[in-house]
Amino acid sequence: MVRHLNRPTHSVMNHDAYSDRYILDILNTHKIIAMVGASANKVRPSYFAMKYLMAKGYRIIPVNPGLAGQNILGQTVYSRVTEIGEPVGIVDIFRNSEAALAITKDAITIGAKVVWMQLGVRNDEAAALAEQAGLKVVMNRCPKIEYGRHSGEISWAGVNSRTISSVRPKLAPRGYQHRLIRSSD
Amino acid sequence: MVMEKAPAFSTLAIHAGAQPDPATGARATPIYQTTSYVFDDVDHAAALFNLETFGNIYTRIMNPTQAVLEERVAALEGGTAALAVASGHAAQCVIFHTLLSPGDEFVAARQLYGGSINQFNHAFKKFGWTVAWADADDISSFEQALSPNTKAIFIESIANPGGIVTDIEAIAKIAKTAGVPLIVDNTLATPYLCQAKAHGADIIVHSLTKFLGGHGNSVGGVIVDCGTFDWIGSGKYPTLSEPCESYNGIIFAETFGDFAFAIACRVLALRDLGPCISPFNAFLILTGIETLPLRLQAHSDNAAAVAAWLQTHDKVVWVNYAGLDGNRYQSLAKKYCPKGAGAVFTFGLQGGYEAGVNLVGKVNLFSHLANIGDTRSLIIHPASTTHSQLTPDQRRSAGAGDDVVRLSVGLEDKDDIIADLDQALAQI
Ligand SMILES: Cc1ncc(COP(=O)(O)O)c(C=O)c1O
Repeated sequence: MVRHLNRPTHSVMNHDAYSDRYILDILNTHKIIAMVGASANKVRPSYFAMKYLMAKGYRIIPVNPGLAGQNILGQTVYSRVTEIGEPVGIVDIFRNSEAALAITKDAITIGAKVVWMQLGVRNDEAAALAEQAGLKVVMNRCPKIEYGRHSGEISWAGVNSRTISSVRPKLAPRGYQHRLIRSSD
Repeated sequence: MVMEKAPAFSTLAIHAGAQPDPATGARATPIYQTTSYVFDDVDHAAALFNLETFGNIYTRIMNPTQAVLEERVAALEGGTAALAVASGHAAQCVIFHTLLSPGDEFVAARQLYGGSINQFNHAFKKFGWTVAWADADDISSFEQALSPNTKAIFIESIANPGGIVTDIEAIAKIAKTAGVPLIVDNTLATPYLCQAKAHGADIIVHSLTKFLGGHGNSVGGVIVDCGTFDWIGSGKYPTLSEPCESYNGIIFAETFGDFAFAIACRVLALRDLGPCISPFNAFLILTGIETLPLRLQAHSDNAAAVAAWLQTHDKVVWVNYAGLDGNRYQSLAKKYCPKGAGAVFTFGLQGGYEAGVNLVGKVNLFSHLANIGDTRSLIIHPASTTHSQLTPDQRRSAGAGDDVVRLSVGLEDKDDIIADLDQALAQI
């Protein structure tokens, strides 16, 4: 269940409901994701999400102080977002809501463009800070699920994608069972 | 193009889940009549078996035609996901197999389809699941039927055969306090007449065989996950909240969030028990759903006219249609089914059992058969057929006493429907 921390009275964005266009725009624009709280445990949701997004062509940089210097799915793990020595588009937070504030400050420091908090993670104080610094914010969402919704892949599992379209879905080069995400126009 | 506004019900009934086919551009959903699907590569195959990615393996577990049907019903019910299976009864079996362990109990309204009463009393006993019966007309009986082992409450929105409308919100409140999911069989109402999730359902089940398919040509069932129940917080449902041995220890509620129940039903109960729907049936039912709003409104309007006419007939003792003025369920019908009270109802004949058996032999347009929710008008005498395995007491309490005749009013011209009943009643 989602807990609401320090919910401010003013907010630029409505963080209870994002438009499909807002989410698509983020996922189509930014292809480098720092995943904070990445796990080496092969049955954790963060591992599933990392593997899935890598298969969709995203570069995922795992961040986890306990695993720093090791490797998850062939990617070097960093102890902290500020240790990553390359530009990052999205900082994806697989941690609890309390931890999201410090991670968001790091995301602002390194010039990331989007702070994305996972399903069940929400910190409105962090969101307000990030938005003041010009970053986009997504809370309580999973990028794997959003990619699945907007590619149509999640529909194979009977999941309500909450989208309808009369446009033919785009197949990915990898094969018939891989699709590309819709454009945001 | 990205749609900014959520589509309305009749738009969803046609479009939800169904984009043009990516391989051919086919606009109608193709019938994927195949058992299995080629993997894109070795890694893809492994990822599918580990539930790491979305995709198709084998038609016992999923099929692209079936998937369109599932998303369509999930969208119409406002749920997070759905699973289509071989029949309504299979759907109930899969739901309880996912929720219950041997020794567990559940509470059910005794105003249910007779087949469900049989399934719960007899077949489920062999799984070690015990039903405790409650009375939909006496809300406190649901509280009294609860025990520490209760894992769910099961009701029908409009109950078959009685034309009874259940007070969903009152029972949802009891389920919430007890910390168990409320399962609503929405077969007779369909989401067009009753939005069960908005009234507190956590899981919705349908016999697709009836109004959703709507043409009397295919048997099927569907389970809708409303995404409202907190499985991890509850801790009473190990299938959802504990590491799953048959998938390397994944925790369904953690990995799949608010559609975990639907996924667990598919990749555990359906995978292992095996009652999958055929792609052809899924296609026919899907086609039926495209006209659901038009059909259900016409069904309901016809039924209201037939019920009002029957009420004036001197061989008819009583008519139980919730849409009639003065009916005891009228205010519940207005609250839960504002567009109409559905097409299935019962009436009582002077002359009891004999008269009932007699009447079903005299109709010409009505078909005498054991189904509901066809384009055709249907008639049955429950005491001698669908409910004949029950005791006289169970029959009476299920609304299927000796004098009861059940109609499922079809889409023919209402004057023709009434004329057929008129000539049949004249002969008894
Ligand atoms: C209300 C209701 N639920 C469930 C069922 C069982 O569905 P099926 O016959 O598709 O197994 C029926 C069938 O008559 C029904 O009327």
